[in-house]
Amino acid sequence: MVTIETGEPRRAARRPKGPRPTRGYRVFQAVNAVILTGVVIVTLYPFVNIVARSLSDEAYIIAGRVNLVPRGFDLTTYKLVLSDSLFWTNYRNTVVYTVVATAISLILTTCYAYVLSKPRLKGRGALVGIAVFTMFFSGGLIPNYVLITSLGMKNTIWAVVVPNAINVFNLLVMKAFFESLPEELEEAAAVDGLNTYGTLLRIVLPLSKAIIATMVLFYAVSFWNSWFTAFLYLDQQELFPVTVYLRNLIAGATGAQSAGGVADADAVQAAATLQAVTIVLTTLPILAVYPFIQRYFVSGVMLGAVKG
Amino acid sequence: MAPLLFFLVFRYLPMAGNVIAFRRFSPGGSVFGEYWVGLRYVRLFLADPTFWEVFTNTLVLGTLTLLFCFPLPIVLALLLNEVRARRLKRFVQSVSYLPHFLSIVIVAAMVMQLTSMDGTVNQIVRGLGGDGVPFLQRPEWFRTIYVSSEVWQTVGWGTILYLAALTTIDENLYEAARIDGASRWRQTWHVTLPGIRPTMMTLLILNIGTFMAVGFEKVLLLYNPLTYPTADVISTYLYRMGFESSNFSYAAAIGLFEALIGLTLVLTANIISKRTVGTSLW
Repeated sequence: MVTIETGEPRRAARRPKGPRPTRGYRVFQAVNAVILTGVVIVTLYPFVNIVARSLSDEAYIIAGRVNLVPRGFDLTTYKLVLSDSLFWTNYRNTVVYTVVATAISLILTTCYAYVLSKPRLKGRGALVGIAVFTMFFSGGLIPNYVLITSLGMKNTIWAVVVPNAINVFNLLVMKAFFESLPEELEEAAAVDGLNTYGTLLRIVLPLSKAIIATMVLFYAVSFWNSWFTAFLYLDQQELFPVTVYLRNLIAGATGAQSAGGVADADAVQAAATLQAVTIVLTTLPILAVYPFIQRYFVSGVMLGAVKG
Repeated sequence: MAPLLFFLVFRYLPMAGNVIAFRRFSPGGSVFGEYWVGLRYVRLFLADPTFWEVFTNTLVLGTLTLLFCFPLPIVLALLLNEVRARRLKRFVQSVSYLPHFLSIVIVAAMVMQLTSMDGTVNQIVRGLGGDGVPFLQRPEWFRTIYVSSEVWQTVGWGTILYLAALTTIDENLYEAARIDGASRWRQTWHVTLPGIRPTMMTLLILNIGTFMAVGFEKVLLLYNPLTYPTADVISTYLYRMGFESSNFSYAAAIGLFEALIGLTLVLTANIISKRTVGTSLW
């Protein structure tokens, strides 16, 4: 479907050096360095700012004096959030939902992608079409809600882990990978008497460790970060994932803000550190694994683009 | 079989469920509604002034997002491509991809902190001698905040495909251009940009495909009744109609309308692109 010609990456990617760099070019290089430094600073600033706020004394935040460095170093709020049993329950929910949803997604996506990668399969085009069409047209919020409710999935883990089990982009990435495996391997397996499932389990999957790792990360990060499905289908706070915990915290704050009035001002301000601390605690796991997972994501995106 | 069942139940059944846009629906009753009411709900929303307000907001926010979030990754990719020091380039890339991995709730929470009365933005405003502004409560600021945060979150990640496409441009083309006396600007204009045009077109079409759905989750997190005049979009309006006013059929009619426009846009963009530059999604 999506075809972006990336072809063979050449080694000398950058523009070959001209005979002599002109003065204009040197000025450009300097300006470029400044712009890119700006990009880095603007990208990182919000993170630093949130950490500084989370570690600061409330009074300094209210006074509008916290930017890069914490002022009036204070860990009370961390203790407060970490001793909130609901925070831990919700965090555990996030972990459970992510693990279960990723497992379901992986199984369904692998099976469908494997079937789609068989060129001789009858009706293959239609099966691809069924999936791709949903990328551009969907039933919409209301019919989905009505369906999930009538299936009795509301307020159960299934409402969170099932409805988004197959991501079509991921499906196409995986299909592209399976198509790149040599056909002879599977023919040999068939000659040796393995059936379709045997071939998939014993021959294809062991060769697909890299793509499976990529898929696990794609799905896990998106389920870890998701909030709306849980927000929509779960009513009991013991079932919430931590993203909904955070959303309720910030929604409470804006609610107080838009209500206005002096009386609410204190409540809003008291929430400032609380929000910052919760943001830091929910972002931490992502930041911790980010350096290790980033390259899998990049290669996954490229694979999807080269032949989708 | 199971995956096919997944698509049928969780993707195609809801599409069929859209018939409630034309039928009377009662909660707890049939998924497909009780009896036909024809185009009643369609006529209702077409005559609803709020609908046209949120329709306009959707177009404005969608256009602004497209205007900034589509070209900026190209610019950043071109700038990154000129960096000679490999490690520096990789560092900038790694940092710029980071926001992509955050939950939208975290992004919204960060936006709130930065734009709050005691946040960094207002500190700068005061530092320059101005008065603090409660940005998220001012309708005139919503679009700026929304688009900036969208750029912050997507620009780095958006460069990946362009950087990949840039590595495939034939060196000889640059050589030839230089011999013809083309400056670096002209080389960029005549060699680099045509080289990444297929990537640009594909991503443009995909961007147009999400035009109508404009960041529903982010708007839902960032807006409040004070900013409805600029922030409320079709998807958030139908969300409130459905879940706060329990007008399921009415909301479904609006949702169906939105989805159909979205589908039409992407198909049209695809055809135009195919005819004019020969790039298409399928």
